[in-house]
Amino acid sequence: MSDDKTPEVSDPILEAQRPQAETFAEAVAHGHTATRLDTSKRPVLEVDNLRMWFPVKASGLVRRTVGHVQAVDGISFQVPEGGALGLVGESGCGKSTTGRLITRLYKPTGGAINFEGRDIAQLSNRSLKPLRRNVQMIFQDPYTSLNPRHTVGAIVGAPLAVHNIVPKNQIKDRVKELLEVVGLNPEHYNRYPNEFSGGQRQRIGIARALTLNPKVLVADEPVSALDVSIQAQVVNLLQDLQREFNIAFLFIAHDLAVVRHFCPEVAVMYLGKIVEIADRETLYSRPHHPYTQALLSAVPDVKQAAIGGRRERIRLEGDVPSPINPPSGCRFRTRCHLAQEICAKVEPPLLQIGPRHKVACHFPAPLGQAPATPSTAGLLGVDDRGNPQPGAGPAADLGEGPGFNDRWFDVERRSMVGA
Amino acid sequence: MFAYVVKRLIAGFFVVILVSMSIFALFWYGPQEPARPLCNLETSQRCTPERLEVYTESMGYNNPIHSEYLKFMKGIVAGRDITIAGRTQECPAPCFGFSYATDRPVWGELKDRLPATISVAFGGAALYVILGVPIGIAAARRRGTLTDKALVSTFLVLSSVPYYLFALMLWLYVTIVWQVPGLSDTGYVPLSENPAKWAAGLLLPWLALGIFGSTQYTRFARGSMIEALSEDYIRTARAKGLPTRTVVYRHGLRAAMVPIVTIFGIDLGTLLVGTIFTERIFDIQGIGLWALLAVGDKDLPVVQATALFGAVVMIVCNLLVDLVYSALDPRVRLS
Amino acid sequence: MSHIPTPGQSTPQTESRVSTSDPFLVVDDLTVKFPTEEGQITAVSGLSYSVARGQTLGIVGESGSGKSVSSLAVLGLHDPKRSQITGSIKIGDQEIVGASESTMRALRGNKVSMIFQDALAALHPFYKVGGQLAEAYRAHHHSASKRDARRKAIEMLDRVGIPQPDKRVDDYPHQFSGGMRQRAMIAMGLINDPSLLIADEPTTALDVTVQAQILDLLQDLQAEFDSAVIIITHDLGVIAEMADEVLVMYAGRAVEHGTTKQLLTHPEMPYTWGLLSSVPDVTADTDARLIPIPGNPPSLVNPPSGCAFHPRCTHRDKVPGDLCRTEMPALLPATIGQGHLKRCHLADPVAIYQQEVLPEIAPELVEEN
Repeated sequence: MSDDKTPEVSDPILEAQRPQAETFAEAVAHGHTATRLDTSKRPVLEVDNLRMWFPVKASGLVRRTVGHVQAVDGISFQVPEGGALGLVGESGCGKSTTGRLITRLYKPTGGAINFEGRDIAQLSNRSLKPLRRNVQMIFQDPYTSLNPRHTVGAIVGAPLAVHNIVPKNQIKDRVKELLEVVGLNPEHYNRYPNEFSGGQRQRIGIARALTLNPKVLVADEPVSALDVSIQAQVVNLLQDLQREFNIAFLFIAHDLAVVRHFCPEVAVMYLGKIVEIADRETLYSRPHHPYTQALLSAVPDVKQAAIGGRRERIRLEGDVPSPINPPSGCRFRTRCHLAQEICAKVEPPLLQIGPRHKVACHFPAPLGQAPATPSTAGLLGVDDRGNPQPGAGPAADLGEGPGFNDRWFDVERRSMVGA
Repeated sequence: MFAYVVKRLIAGFFVVILVSMSIFALFWYGPQEPARPLCNLETSQRCTPERLEVYTESMGYNNPIHSEYLKFMKGIVAGRDITIAGRTQECPAPCFGFSYATDRPVWGELKDRLPATISVAFGGAALYVILGVPIGIAAARRRGTLTDKALVSTFLVLSSVPYYLFALMLWLYVTIVWQVPGLSDTGYVPLSENPAKWAAGLLLPWLALGIFGSTQYTRFARGSMIEALSEDYIRTARAKGLPTRTVVYRHGLRAAMVPIVTIFGIDLGTLLVGTIFTERIFDIQGIGLWALLAVGDKDLPVVQATALFGAVVMIVCNLLVDLVYSALDPRVRLS
Repeated sequence: MSHIPTPGQSTPQTESRVSTSDPFLVVDDLTVKFPTEEGQITAVSGLSYSVARGQTLGIVGESGSGKSVSSLAVLGLHDPKRSQITGSIKIGDQEIVGASESTMRALRGNKVSMIFQDALAALHPFYKVGGQLAEAYRAHHHSASKRDARRKAIEMLDRVGIPQPDKRVDDYPHQFSGGMRQRAMIAMGLINDPSLLIADEPTTALDVTVQAQILDLLQDLQAEFDSAVIIITHDLGVIAEMADEVLVMYAGRAVEHGTTKQLLTHPEMPYTWGLLSSVPDVTADTDARLIPIPGNPPSLVNPPSGCAFHPRCTHRDKVPGDLCRTEMPALLPATIGQGHLKRCHLADPVAIYQQEVLPEIAPELVEEN
């Protein structure tokens, strides 16, 4: 976004077909507030214990597999129909791999991807084809994800031709319709991607993803390559489309603020695992995992600083460990200020601790209120140092699967409670 | 690194085997009876069906192809005796047979011609770089100026002339029209015999190859340098306060060399396999012309040997390119 | 860290700046033009600002706003054959517009240094990190031996928090993680103890926790070296945390300039409002709206007439007549705050911001004001 790149040139005839805001009141009407959570919606997508391990080959004469990059290692979540789940985390946490697994650009090593009740995780490409149209993807970089030698019409219309959805002579009309939906001039279907600005290209990418009326859209960093003033345009467009077409979003981004705005539920990933998943209010105002707390405290806050206050940051030292050889027990323990003996010995389960809140930590608590002894020890059948307790085994159901249960573990009382 | 080289050499070995098999099969199953060329030659074009059968039988063409192929390969490794039409000759390893045209061992002829080819190839290739790269860099640094445009268009014109015409004109003017002293007597004199004559005899072919080939290198070096100089790290180098020379040569050129090295390796290989026009025009007994004539004469052992030689040279050159590449760019680890 | 600005003596034409007692860098009426085949691009026009040692100026803007171009001009990094620079840039007391290449070379990386956005691209992939640092040191310490330079490089790597600096000094950039590369970049920028450090989007490519580490580091180092810092970014959050003063640029011009607090609490230019309202915040009220700025950043070859922002401005209906389209507003003192400057025709921006904009973008802040 530095300005030694070619500046985006605005071309009046390229401007959106949708009426542009002329006054502030109109602009406000174009703007949306954060999307609300609707718990009544059934899940359209359910991911259960999904794993993706990429083999690492040895160098030398014989290329044998010497290890695995555990890019995604047993994650579970649900995306409600017409809703949005945010997936946040830093580079290498596995969030983009997750997106590619769900669109089946990769075949998972293990686990299930249930789309409308059907497991698509291990389907062959051929049996997948009729299902592919339901799950589409929006990519990060609008400059490299569109073929520069194809017209916009060809790019947006290609999925229609591939899937034989509409007769050839109607493709053009459908493409024009789609361009209009995403706020581009439908008469520009004959133009090439380089004639459009970054924001407009991202709209083209969105139109392409919409072509097949998908039920789920995986948006992988859909706005991070755009200028700030354009980001809001695209986020608002995605919100419009979500409402109009009842599309469920898996929204992958590193920008915690954009995710907060778009997603009523958010999952935080670290080294291939979900460490915390909760509704927006809980995750952003009462996070219980030290990594979520550190992430949030690291985001510079315009309003705080403007009124003179500066929040205390939790400093995370060093770098994320290698996913080839992740730390034993809790993967975050090497950088965690709460870490104790138990963290190296026992992996904390993703435990439900509230009506819509799960966290994978032995010391789950709001910031600054971490207990002295691990809350999870009794549940897992170990003592406070993580050694197995004779006669005690882990509780049967820790609620690690996708979705939420009616009963959960109350971290303060250290017992199961019901709604 | 070592494992990588070994791996590449093993792979290269299999390629050579494959090439040798295809060439062998090509003649075996070719449009003409494989024994006919020699039969024709030795009978002064009176190769009757009976005589042809004698040749076919004695050259082994009645045996299964694989056993003959193994015999051929064994000859390369250990040498063998070759009996054709009742005449037996000892062919020491590495045995590629006897040239039909000269009746000499092919390997011996190859050895005789190799120094000339190597001399022409290395001299020409050196000039590619010595002439082409600095001019390309100069043009890149003056990108968009009149000098740049003049250089680019000059080289464009030069490279659009057919090479044989260019070389022939050069030879014609230097040796016949101007009769430049010292340069008029082209040809190969072994370096060990008389270094001065060696250089004098090769200077013209070097210039012909070098000037012509450098046009491509100029364009290439210019493009690659322009790209390198627009990289972020060049801006960083300037922001450090380094002198322009250091920025251009230490930071820019090293990056720009990577693609140049790649084509240079391929070009060097091509030159070593033979420069037909150069050898023909400047009267040099090298491998290229020899191979061409052998094809015309259907001198099968020579064709076989030169084709295998070409394969080996190309494999080695590619390997060298990759090694240089990894030395230049630490991100390309050879493992 | 924040400083109290003295009143700017603002006559509309000279477009005066928020001045400080002892500015180290003074940019005055800077204009940068690039002739291109499609016509002349005016990347920066009439820009003035100053920065004192120990102070941080944040420059905010989008693609093509001129924020990077103006800073590259401070280092004299524009090719004189392909650019046309007028106005004045004074570093210390030295005028550098029109200065010779050798004068500039002595300044670059020495008194003034710059760190760039994408450290992977900005560091040379073929040379070791330590070698690149040592090279920067020896460029300005001609008598230093290779050994001294290496020792200095290790010392700087250690200073910016790279573990095992004596080993990592021999690594290539691609062997570093993203955060470490940016640290190495900073180490290289500071190796000659510069009085002015320009950081161009220093954290844009980084993850938030790494960004936080780098911002902390920059602040620590600034305190230690007492240098003047210019931080160029599109991220108002970074500005809020780092800068004492902010300059908002649009289409090559300063459109608002003031202390960070003034500018973020009482912005008076609709473009600044637009930036604030189009970026969500992690602590925002969920009733806050994300209000986009319509349209796209303007063309520099053919900039809009009058106020460059007017085609995208949703408040121009509040300015009588056709003023926004016909006349470029001057950079004048704002209503609230000493030294706070804005370039806008709106007569009562404070009321519009408080009554119209704030309730939509930050309802929770309305009562407090």
